[in-house]
Amino acid sequence: MYIALDDLILTKDLPTTGGSLMLKGYYSPFDAEVATRLTGAGHEITCKAAVGEFACDLLGETNFMGPTVDVDGNLCGGDIMVLMNNDAEAVVGLDVNGTPRRSAAVSNHICLKTSYGIVSRYGTIPLACSGESVYVTGVTSATCQDVLESIAGHDPKDGTSLPQERCVAAATPGEVPATVGVCRSLVEAAGPDVQARIQKVIAKLEARGVRVEWVDDSMLLAAKPAWNILMPAELCNNVSRYDGVKYGYRSQDYETIDELYTNSRTEAFGDVLKTVILFGSDVLFTHNYLAKYDRAMRMRRLVVERFQELFAQYDALLMPACSKLAFTPADVEADKFIAFQENLFTAPASISGLPALVAMGVQFMGPHGSDANLLRLSASLGACAWKEV
Amino acid sequence: MASNEIIMGMAASTLGTPVADASDLTLGPSGTAYETVIGLEVHVELATKSKLFCSCANESGAEQNTHVCPACCGMPGMLPVTNKRVVELGMTAGMMLHCHINRTTTFDKKSYYYPDLPCSYQVTQWFAPICVNGSVHIETSKGGKDIRIKQIHMEEDAGKLVHSAWTNTTMVDFNRTSVPLCEIVSQPDMRSAEDVVAYLERLRALLRFAKVSECRFERGTMRCDVNLSVRPAGSDALGVRTEMKNMNSISAIERAIAYEVKRHIDAIETGSEELVQETRGWDDEKGVSFSMRNKETAADYRYFPDPNIMPVVIDDAWYASVEAALPDFPEVVRARYIDELGLSEYDADILSGSRACSDVFNAAYAVCGQAKETANWIISNCLGFLNRKQLTADELDIDGTALGKLIKLVADGTVSSANAKRILAALFDGETDPEAYAKRSGLIIGEGADDLVPGVIAKVLAANAADVEAYRGGREKALQPLIGKCMKELRGNCDPKALRQQIIDAINAG
Repeated sequence: MYIALDDLILTKDLPTTGGSLMLKGYYSPFDAEVATRLTGAGHEITCKAAVGEFACDLLGETNFMGPTVDVDGNLCGGDIMVLMNNDAEAVVGLDVNGTPRRSAAVSNHICLKTSYGIVSRYGTIPLACSGESVYVTGVTSATCQDVLESIAGHDPKDGTSLPQERCVAAATPGEVPATVGVCRSLVEAAGPDVQARIQKVIAKLEARGVRVEWVDDSMLLAAKPAWNILMPAELCNNVSRYDGVKYGYRSQDYETIDELYTNSRTEAFGDVLKTVILFGSDVLFTHNYLAKYDRAMRMRRLVVERFQELFAQYDALLMPACSKLAFTPADVEADKFIAFQENLFTAPASISGLPALVAMGVQFMGPHGSDANLLRLSASLGACAWKEV
Repeated sequence: MASNEIIMGMAASTLGTPVADASDLTLGPSGTAYETVIGLEVHVELATKSKLFCSCANESGAEQNTHVCPACCGMPGMLPVTNKRVVELGMTAGMMLHCHINRTTTFDKKSYYYPDLPCSYQVTQWFAPICVNGSVHIETSKGGKDIRIKQIHMEEDAGKLVHSAWTNTTMVDFNRTSVPLCEIVSQPDMRSAEDVVAYLERLRALLRFAKVSECRFERGTMRCDVNLSVRPAGSDALGVRTEMKNMNSISAIERAIAYEVKRHIDAIETGSEELVQETRGWDDEKGVSFSMRNKETAADYRYFPDPNIMPVVIDDAWYASVEAALPDFPEVVRARYIDELGLSEYDADILSGSRACSDVFNAAYAVCGQAKETANWIISNCLGFLNRKQLTADELDIDGTALGKLIKLVADGTVSSANAKRILAALFDGETDPEAYAKRSGLIIGEGADDLVPGVIAKVLAANAADVEAYRGGREKALQPLIGKCMKELRGNCDPKALRQQIIDAINAG
């Protein structure tokens, strides 16, 4: 299969920029584990898909080369562009802040954000390490399943990698989810087009004999504020290594080491990233730590516990992946930080490390390790990027 | 012991235990007596083969930037994998210092910018350090006391900046980044430079004996920050504290403490300067301390848990295996050498003063059973050998069992003591079987040499006719140089008594 990697997956033969001028022309001295596994399984890596600067934006619009826009004038992620151009059959990348799921939702593609720990993060640009997972986007569920089987597995080079048997189990199809809970608060928070889409999907599920019930998901709303604290904190710390000293962009204008740092980062980083860095730095300050970071960690635990309760009753949950099904450049001009609002829908899966599958413009979540089962669910509903929902 | 509860170190405010000795007080110009309060932060570089989170060699003195990989030079994409040996050495250090070992211990990130810190953060332990609440017993001229240990935590070292005056550029050497360290934080229980020296020496002895670290100031494998304040004698409140860095020997630490105590007291009494909480450097050449950064300019390190490093859980089996490998304390070893083996205090001090010597002694003694002989061999021969190579007793690297076998060969007359030294040199080169080596090299008394003896005697007698005549004339002493010359020809490889008789016989026969 021809596969594209997103620009957060490090490769020796292709440059990896993370969407930032800071890493323009950066070649990694080693290949990411997913790249090695993909080529080892006989796939061919054809190209890199553009991402927003260090993946903290809505749909890749903060890439240092500018946003990607489709023929209708809507924002479109770089990964989807690659698929639309037939440059690859599937894209493998890193889901840091929900961008690839939003990207798949607005373009009707299939995107699986894998369970935390079943795919190695060795060789991915580290950003929000506690919640970022490798994702696969493709036209059909079967394509994603093929790729998932190639990349899932234990990796001793990644300390958070799970034992081999758990990785294999997650990538092995089991039962198709038979009961689905619909997240009431999240659906109500989305726009009318998304709500209508949810209703269509519910009808499809019921037509397949799946038991569908509305559930109380109010605790899951806490995922957004918690993630919006944890993600910038980790990201700020992880991008602090890009200081102009060792590699990457270096300002020509400096006298002292402090000026070298400040000017290199000021010139190379975009506004959204700078804001995230400042915000993340602030939540980690000693006098803020308990009130912000520590409290966000407690909220994270409450969200995880609520998921455990829900998955004791339901095989999968249904929720939106974003508030509407098309975003224009005007949307991000009006609010540069719109992604942090849209995190309402993507943060629950990021913060809990649970698998999330976007298909038909909506999002399914399942218990940890149910990755292949979620793909069976979307396959059973006939989800396909070329088919109207 | 098996409690899974994570214990943080006691807060420094739980003061009051050590009472200052009157002679520890310093008089100010006004006649007021001041008490000095000192706590230390000691860093030791752990004696592991590889770095803390990657497989690069932990080896000092190598060519710059040769022990580096993408992980320890901060390139994106590498994930830390914790070196198990580091955790074991951390546990060992804690056990030697009577600490509580936290059975679940975690790593945190400490953020600051400096060119020698490639990730712009250092991985350390902030929330759940591996060891807490220990103590170190010291003996000084005022008697014995315990210095409490607040905590021991593991962390990675930073690289080194190398400044070139020729090109006026600064370069970074990443060989040392991510080399594992333990930081040992004491409570402010020391009251004088004498206490500090006793504490550092004791700490060094214990950590060396447990093979945790080589603990050498001159190589930077032991470093010490001094937290110091003064207060009027009898006061319970702590004075303004300064932290001093950059002292690279114990004597420099003593000088820095003396200077800083005087500076504090002068500031309090004369108001010559305002004391502020700050970090100061020590300039040993000028003999002054200088301000590096104060509270306002101090970095906020923004600690938070490192999500890429799973908590380290120390189960009972792992704990027990590290405990079982713990050495006896040096003074226990010393007492055993004196009481059970009858060694002199001098010998026992040297042998128990270094784990390497003690290990070699124990192994050699187990083979030959001769304590005094073994001690002599190690102290005069082995250490002399190291001395000539400018190595210390800690660097004694010789197979103790082989040394024991060699001592046995000398004792039962198989090799002469002159040849034994040649065999010893071979043992230093890695030879493990002295008897086989002696056989191979023809160094066993009488073996193979017997046939040579008459010829050698004839040759030596012929060449030294004057001595032969003198002996014939009744000068017994004239025999000595003849024996010596024969011995030399035979490379020491024969029994001197038998040789003497054969020479006498040859002269008489001739």
